Amino acid sequence: MAQTGVVKPKRTLAEKLNEEHIAGMICTAPFTIGFLLFMIVPMLISAYYAFCDFDILSPAVWTGLANFKTMFSEAKFWKSLGVTFYFAFVSVPLRLVFALIVALILLRTTKITALYRAVYYLPSIIGGSVAVAILWKRMFGNDGTVNVLLRMLGFEGKIKWFGQPGTAMWTLIILAVWQFGSSMLIFLSALKQIPASLYEAGEIDGANKVQQFFRITLPLLTPTIFFNLVMQMINGFLAFTQCYIITQGKPMNSTLFYTVYMYQQSFEFYKAGYGAALAWVMLVVIAMFTGLLFATKRFWVYEDKR
Amino acid sequence: MGMRTTSKSILGRTVYHVLVFGFGIVMVYPLLWMILSSFKPTNTIFTTASQLIPSTWTLENYANGWKGFASVKFSRFFLNSLLISVLATLGTVASSSIVAYGFARLKFKGRGLLFSAMLVTMMLPAQVLMIPQYIWYKKLGWVGSYAALIVPYWFAIQGFFVYLMTNFINGIPKDLDEAAKIDGCSTYGIFYWVILPLIVPALITGGIFSFIWRWDDFLSALLYVSKTEMYPVSLALKLFSDPSSSSDYGAMFAMSTLSILPVVLIFITLQKYLVEGIATTGLKG
Repeated sequence: MAQTGVVKPKRTLAEKLNEEHIAGMICTAPFTIGFLLFMIVPMLISAYYAFCDFDILSPAVWTGLANFKTMFSEAKFWKSLGVTFYFAFVSVPLRLVFALIVALILLRTTKITALYRAVYYLPSIIGGSVAVAILWKRMFGNDGTVNVLLRMLGFEGKIKWFGQPGTAMWTLIILAVWQFGSSMLIFLSALKQIPASLYEAGEIDGANKVQQFFRITLPLLTPTIFFNLVMQMINGFLAFTQCYIITQGKPMNSTLFYTVYMYQQSFEFYKAGYGAALAWVMLVVIAMFTGLLFATKRFWVYEDKR
Repeated sequence: MGMRTTSKSILGRTVYHVLVFGFGIVMVYPLLWMILSSFKPTNTIFTTASQLIPSTWTLENYANGWKGFASVKFSRFFLNSLLISVLATLGTVASSSIVAYGFARLKFKGRGLLFSAMLVTMMLPAQVLMIPQYIWYKKLGWVGSYAALIVPYWFAIQGFFVYLMTNFINGIPKDLDEAAKIDGCSTYGIFYWVILPLIVPALITGGIFSFIWRWDDFLSALLYVSKTEMYPVSLALKLFSDPSSSSDYGAMFAMSTLSILPVVLIFITLQKYLVEGIATTGLKG
């Protein structure tokens, strides 16, 4: 066959595979495949089923916008959305404030503060487990530790924590705030990165501790606060296990988290098409909310412009 | 004057430690209550809820709980959890590290886009995908098996780990890669011989987090595992706590205590890695 006259060293397959742009694609291939196969494909399939009457077992029937119409006219849907927002908006800021205060208190490194940090961090590590959810249910039960301890402190009468809408939600919020430890660690390492020279300069200018906190510490922490606010809000929107085990949405749907609603509709009432529509609406809500948070960023988050 | 300041600082320090210690007790009190209740005779747990230390110690709850239910022993549930967690974690660490190497060191077409996709996965928690994935895995025939609990993790689908390791690799000087290249090392050889040994701390951190999260995972087990003998601990515990299946609170607390034991042991022995992982991934967006 017609070969070109110039003798060009023929590259072997191994050499080709070794080229940077090929190797880059090969190395990241697991993620590319996984992303397409386990995220994009399911999302696209569910985008179709969101417009169908589908119970998983029998073939889907196209129903157009019916699922969305049902959704928006369903009181339970709005209730669960409201409950979920309430939970995220109360528990996440509370947890971050708590984490920051404790981080400031434990900033000085001594042997004993290291131990305290560990103790405070422990609930974050095990808080997501079923064991803790079960424990919580028993702790706030009518004869549980919480009521018993309250009685010892002089409070009369048993509080039915899970019997009233207000208190049932607070058992879940307390559980979420109890797990402030990992945020605390993040704040601790962010605090350590603030150069001591800034505080020295502040002292020379006559700033007291409180002024130093609001003028130096807090502004420099805003990027960390922002990032954690975004991530934890998203996770707050999607809390499942704790609600599913502890309250199951009761009483009167006052703790019916969106994810639990979605689960019940899909797997207890076999309305998977409706469930798919719910998933998409949640995705849009989260995207909008995250976008909104990012839009506020330039008003309060400090950016290092050096 | 000097006397006053020292006595004042001693007082201040005492108050500080009393407060911080007292708060620490409040923090771990729920856990102490669970653990110590598991050693109380089961019918006295709620009648003696005010006292932490059992007046009579018993191991009966552990014996009763270990029997499990539906003729499946709790040891089986532990082995199931161990199998799932270990396999998923191996997959996560292996796939995330090679992907992170690609992102951190190699230039190729579409890298920026792919990296953004990875960041999106960090912000897209599993719950939103619960229904879509279920429909898809049902089509793949994965429902009723462990496939959905293990296979996806071999494809670096959790951005958190890729991000953690990419950051870590970025901190390694590139001169080392160059030197190895001059010595005739291939692109993949550099990953294996140079990068991998240097990112061992990140591999451990990632491995620990993955293991803990898989161990605690309840939602996917609830969706995909149906046979009792295939239950992981999380699902078995949930069934144990249902009023219809058992009212043996002692056994329930005993098994709950055992279920958090592996995580607590990891926490005690490998705390340093956990702290580092949180600090490096939680600081920047």
